Amino acid sequence: MPTNVVQIVVFAILTLMTLGGGLGVVSSRNLFHGALFLVLSFAGVVGYYVLLDAGFLAAVQLLIYIGAIAILILFAIMLSRGLMSQRQSQRNEQWWIALLVVVLTFVVLAVVLWQVDWPVASDQALASPSVAISQLGQELLGPYVIPFEVASVLLLVALVGAVILARETET
Amino acid sequence: MVLSDFTFVGILILVAVLLPIVGLGLAWLIRPKKPNPIKQSTYECGIETIGDTWVQFKAQYYIYALVFVVFDIEAVFLLPWAVAYHQLPLYALVEAVILIAILVLALVYTWRKGALRWS
Repeated sequence: MPTNVVQIVVFAILTLMTLGGGLGVVSSRNLFHGALFLVLSFAGVVGYYVLLDAGFLAAVQLLIYIGAIAILILFAIMLSRGLMSQRQSQRNEQWWIALLVVVLTFVVLAVVLWQVDWPVASDQALASPSVAISQLGQELLGPYVIPFEVASVLLLVALVGAVILARETET
Repeated sequence: MVLSDFTFVGILILVAVLLPIVGLGLAWLIRPKKPNPIKQSTYECGIETIGDTWVQFKAQYYIYALVFVVFDIEAVFLLPWAVAYHQLPLYALVEAVILIAILVLALVYTWRKGALRWS
């Protein structure tokens, strides 16, 4: 089989995973199962990064989104009283506002997708993964050093806030 | 061509998915089907299960998960720095040390507040 066909087949499977997982998130009656569908959707995005030959981003997506954020969401559901016990409807009386926002978001994204002239990556960007990560490191500690340090402060604040909240509920 | 590095990962995933499907499917095909209530009861170390499995968990798990997330993200930030280490000036080392110091501060705070002690 030529590489192109393999890529299209893999892309189709990944799209099925991502969109199917997303559909499961919003349609599953059990919130816990919804979070598990979210993991499936994230896994599809990992595959997209692999197809784009962005190995570092794929690893980060796997490590952060599946390994950390999805687990955090699962924990948050498991800790919530009432969410674990009964199956509940995913709808309330505000569904039409949500629909409005969703449609507007879709229109904005579609317009951006059509209007922007997406540049094709240069040969430099397609260099070997270690060179790409090295460039990322030089950028991160050069022009983008402020976000680099602010991220650590953000994490510190998040952890301190969580500790305070968790201790208040216990005492 | 693009996929060459990840072909092995793809093969691994394929085998990992197919192996249990083939194994369980084959067993489902050839095994005798004589269910009874005792056979179908939930098995938990030979003891009958007590209560609901969908219970509320302790809030302390969340602190552990969040500490894990914080150091997960720290690792992601430090990997590009480590790979580019030889091309970076000295002040990059200082910046990375500041990042680590701030996150160590977070760990020390969590530790000193006793949030990591299981109560």
